[in-house]
Amino acid sequence: MANEELLSKLKTIIAPYVQNQEGLKNLTENTDFIKDLEINSANLVDVILDVEDEFDIEIDNESMEKMLTVKASIEIIEAKLAEK
Amino acid sequence: MIREDIIQKLPYSKPFLFVDEILEIDEEHIKGSYTFLKDEYFYQGHFKNNPITPGVILTECMAQIGMACFGIYLLKDVWDQEKWSVAMTSNEMNFYKPVFPGEKVIVKAEKVYFRFNKLKCNVFMYNTQEVIVAKGIVSGIAFKK
Repeated sequence: MANEELLSKLKTIIAPYVQNQEGLKNLTENTDFIKDLEINSANLVDVILDVEDEFDIEIDNESMEKMLTVKASIEIIEAKLAEK
Repeated sequence: MIREDIIQKLPYSKPFLFVDEILEIDEEHIKGSYTFLKDEYFYQGHFKNNPITPGVILTECMAQIGMACFGIYLLKDVWDQEKWSVAMTSNEMNFYKPVFPGEKVIVKAEKVYFRFNKLKCNVFMYNTQEVIVAKGIVSGIAFKK
């Protein structure tokens, strides 16, 4: 899957949970879900579950703890897709 | 089955503890009950000369049984009252019948998911006539303080 396609899918997933819409507009690889988008920790779990459904992968605890930025999330999604 | 062990681990106390007993519990569901006292503090103001249990308190009762008790059970030995806390993170509720002072309610919660310490449940509250009082969805999270 091309990086751009993955980023676009991720953006669609996180959009409903974002409090800071400015942050979503200016989304980059370095965007931090909590600091920049103001997603709360409960909704962060929903993001992970939606990622699992969208990409048909399983995110373990260790990966979940790392998925705090767009960049880290894309890396983890790519790694999990490669394992399939 | 009262499961006093779980109730003891709850982070609430009177006048804000709304769990008397746990009737059933396993990995998928929980059933518990609470009898509202005739003199709960909120009846003084809700409503003037017409005491009815507030919807937020019914929601709280459902969350204490369906989230807190159930979550503590699902977390097993990880839960430590000194180090952990809980928070309700969302709810969507419909109310069907009033609950009056002294009434007993039965709460049932069915797990939708329990992942990364977040629990989401479909919750149901019944009165002693087995008529549905409230129904909805509640989510909560357990975290280290």
